[in-house]
Amino acid sequence: MSGLFKSSIGRKVAMALSAIFLMIFLLQHFAINILSVFSADRFNDVSHFMGTNFFVQFLLQPVLIFGVVFHFVMGFMLEIRNRNARTISYAKNNGSANTTWMSRNMIWSGLAILAFIVLHFIDFWIPEINTKYIQGDVSGLLPDGNFRYFEELQHKFENPIRVGAYVVAFVFLALHLLHGFASTFQSMGAGSMRRAKLQAFGKAYAIIIPLGFIFIALFHYFNH
Amino acid sequence: MNLTLKIWRQKDAKSKGKMVSYQVNDISEHMSFLEMMDVLNEQLINEGQEPIAFDHDCREGICGMCSMYINGEAHGPDRGVTTCQLHMRSFKDGDTITIEPFRAKAFPVIKDLVVDRSAFERIQQAGGFISVNTSGNTQDANAIPISKHAADEAMDSATCIGCGACVASCKNASAMLFVGAKVSQYALLPQGQIEATDRVKNMVAQMDLEGFGNCTNTGACEVECPKGISLENIARMNRELMKANL
Repeated sequence: MSGLFKSSIGRKVAMALSAIFLMIFLLQHFAINILSVFSADRFNDVSHFMGTNFFVQFLLQPVLIFGVVFHFVMGFMLEIRNRNARTISYAKNNGSANTTWMSRNMIWSGLAILAFIVLHFIDFWIPEINTKYIQGDVSGLLPDGNFRYFEELQHKFENPIRVGAYVVAFVFLALHLLHGFASTFQSMGAGSMRRAKLQAFGKAYAIIIPLGFIFIALFHYFNH
Repeated sequence: MNLTLKIWRQKDAKSKGKMVSYQVNDISEHMSFLEMMDVLNEQLINEGQEPIAFDHDCREGICGMCSMYINGEAHGPDRGVTTCQLHMRSFKDGDTITIEPFRAKAFPVIKDLVVDRSAFERIQQAGGFISVNTSGNTQDANAIPISKHAADEAMDSATCIGCGACVASCKNASAMLFVGAKVSQYALLPQGQIEATDRVKNMVAQMDLEGFGNCTNTGACEVECPKGISLENIARMNRELMKANL
């Protein structure tokens, strides 16, 4: 088993496994965020549960952080090895003749997503950790006795710069997923028949989920 | 037709190369690309210049020797053909054509457009074969039942001529389409099962050792392959390696 992950293909499989994990996480994140469009109370309840549940906070959250870091580190290592595999570039290379823009630029769409995740950490995760584990307030309540989650969410999306950054980041996520989804299953060895179906599903996932996140941001921007 | 050719010239493996422009006139559209190169070389020899070194052998699209990167694509703009099968009718009068060697660290340039593709040979030697006892008691291969589907698929994989267009086209200079095809042609047949585990492990290890890049599933290799080797071969190799390690 350890031999597998020493090989280039093994690292590809590891990359794909972390991608599957992150895509499942993204779906779950979307499912919770979209609640904020339909019901503030339901969004508050689920957010409070996710923010205070021991299993989510101390088991799933570290696994998620590991998954994100692992995916990026492996991606960078892959990029470095691949750049070293061709030390002299072509004078003329017609990449668009045989590949999509998305497939050729995974590192750049990935870096844009990484930049967003860093911002998201500063914007959301660090204040959450500060409130809950440094100030010790795990009540999830505002001074008026209501849950803080929905109000904080609406407050975040008042700033048009933040909303703009959010939209741009999710466009890059869509571009990343448009290649990444099908690529994941190719790396896992999915056969051509299965891959064709996954490709269609992947395209839908890559467009609907990021578009959904953009919708949530714009919805709150225009309805606060 | 009259053409301007921008060609990579490199004296030897150690020298630094550069792009040099040449003019060729009265090229027939019925010529193959290599015949056009022959015309240019004749012209250079008559002018007392060093002819351009390029690989070729059968000129029938079988041997996999020709290896030019033409206008930014391995084997030029046509699909399903090697450079020797590419015809000048694919270009227009007055065109400027850029001709470079296949670029990869694992395919070092020997001279001009000639690259050393012996890395592929070493990968084959690491496991791209089946061991058969030829003592006289060898079983007739035809006595082993093989389904038509498996035989066809194995034959499709075996059509890989090892030209290296997959490596040249891949933005990562990955050799996985080639190795995938060579692993697949045996993995699909009963004769290949006995050594399947060692084969895939050894061939992938040799591929990594040669310094090829890693596949990111862009699919450029499949598009540019003159023999239409599909990405399915890479998926099968991945499955074979996972199976061999689990």
